[in-house]
Amino acid sequence: MTGGPWDAVVMGCSAGGLEVLRAILPRLPTGFPLPVVVVAHTSADTGNLLAELLDHCCALPVAVAEDKAPMNGGAIHVAPPGYHLLIERDLTFALSLDAKVCNVRPAIDVLFVSAAEAFSGRLIGVLLTGANEDGRAGLASIKALGGLTIAQDPDTAVAETMPRSAIDAGVVDHVLAPSAIAGFLLANANSR
Amino acid sequence: MKDFEIQDIEVDLLVEALYRRHGYDFRNYARASLKRRVADLAPAFGCATVSELIPRVLHDPELGRQIVPKLSVPVTDMFRDPPVFLSLRRRVLPLLASYPRLNIWQAGCASGEEVYSLAILLREEGLSERAHIYATDINDVALARAEEGVFPLRLLKDFSTNYLKAGGQHSLSHYYHAQYDHARLDPSLRENITFARHNLASDGVFCEAHLILCRNVLIYFDHVLQNRALRLFHDSLVRQGFMCLGNRESLQFSEVVEDFAVTDHEHRIFRKRLLGEPTP
Repeated sequence: MTGGPWDAVVMGCSAGGLEVLRAILPRLPTGFPLPVVVVAHTSADTGNLLAELLDHCCALPVAVAEDKAPMNGGAIHVAPPGYHLLIERDLTFALSLDAKVCNVRPAIDVLFVSAAEAFSGRLIGVLLTGANEDGRAGLASIKALGGLTIAQDPDTAVAETMPRSAIDAGVVDHVLAPSAIAGFLLANANSR
Repeated sequence: MKDFEIQDIEVDLLVEALYRRHGYDFRNYARASLKRRVADLAPAFGCATVSELIPRVLHDPELGRQIVPKLSVPVTDMFRDPPVFLSLRRRVLPLLASYPRLNIWQAGCASGEEVYSLAILLREEGLSERAHIYATDINDVALARAEEGVFPLRLLKDFSTNYLKAGGQHSLSHYYHAQYDHARLDPSLRENITFARHNLASDGVFCEAHLILCRNVLIYFDHVLQNRALRLFHDSLVRQGFMCLGNRESLQFSEVVEDFAVTDHEHRIFRKRLLGEPTP
């Protein structure tokens, strides 16, 4: 099933996430039309490190999402460590220090649920490797509103709990290896 | 209509009820995070939906006071983000030392951890005799706790580490007494602090401030309220007064971006521009 058109890509990962992000994001070429928003579970004191690491290897510009900043197509926005990242209805970013969700902040669920509502389902959610169940509820929200959901093939994940739990919950449209995810995003982003 | 759109209506109605019945104004809070906190309220008060909570908000005179602490976000640590306090110590306080009297306003002090951090900083920099701190919040419960200056002892280990990273000159235990599982901060730290209720959504200028700290409050406001608060800070500051925001808060998307110069970008410390001072 592919509906669309899609207006954004949201992506979440935890344990083992950096390597998977490095397998996916550098393959998105300049001119990729959609904004890409990433939540990775990192410790709160890592500053802008993840965004800087990704920026070195990606064609698209990568930066930490700023509070109240608009989302840009053709750019990768990363949640700041220690803060939840949300999308407002006017498609600007919002940060919060509200309680942890699934024991983490930033939580993938917080981004995914707010993005599903802000885009009224016109988005693609991608859940990658991780050792807890964050992201399952978020992916369920995306799917319930008509969005497209992808989970990393658990057999290819450093930690399979996160993608497995979403697949078992029946909220995943496509199970893909990291090597296939960028191509899939490109094909679907360009079907607008 | 989709479920989330119905929930949006519930949030609107609850916020309106809180404002018109109890005077608490969350109408210009950033909606996405407010919605999550409102959704958590219903089960906390034994309601299946937010709609069920609304009649109680309207008819129970006490409910407003109980709800507000759950809608504001009182999480703070002593010397949270230690490099910020180090920067205040090294770059801001030496400049403030030239004033005979100093007013410092901490807006959104929550349970007070940062106010006491500031009081310790002032004492160690020899400014406490002439400095007065106004610590304000909308949350009465948090304010009462702040005024008490008693914190769970288990938190003090992290606070102590932060204190040292912030350039602390002693050990943090110099400033508190452990009693059972609590730490009571030295009451003399409180001598030059005034705790008061102040609402950034509706109240105005109340002092002439040399330094304003408002960290991780503006992220909860929408554009309109954020601009209101920033204007209020601008109007409250003396010429070339300083303002310190949260590590991830910026002026970039606000109306006052031209009215402040950047003193320390990384630690979000700004300085009110002189009239006519050229922008860089």
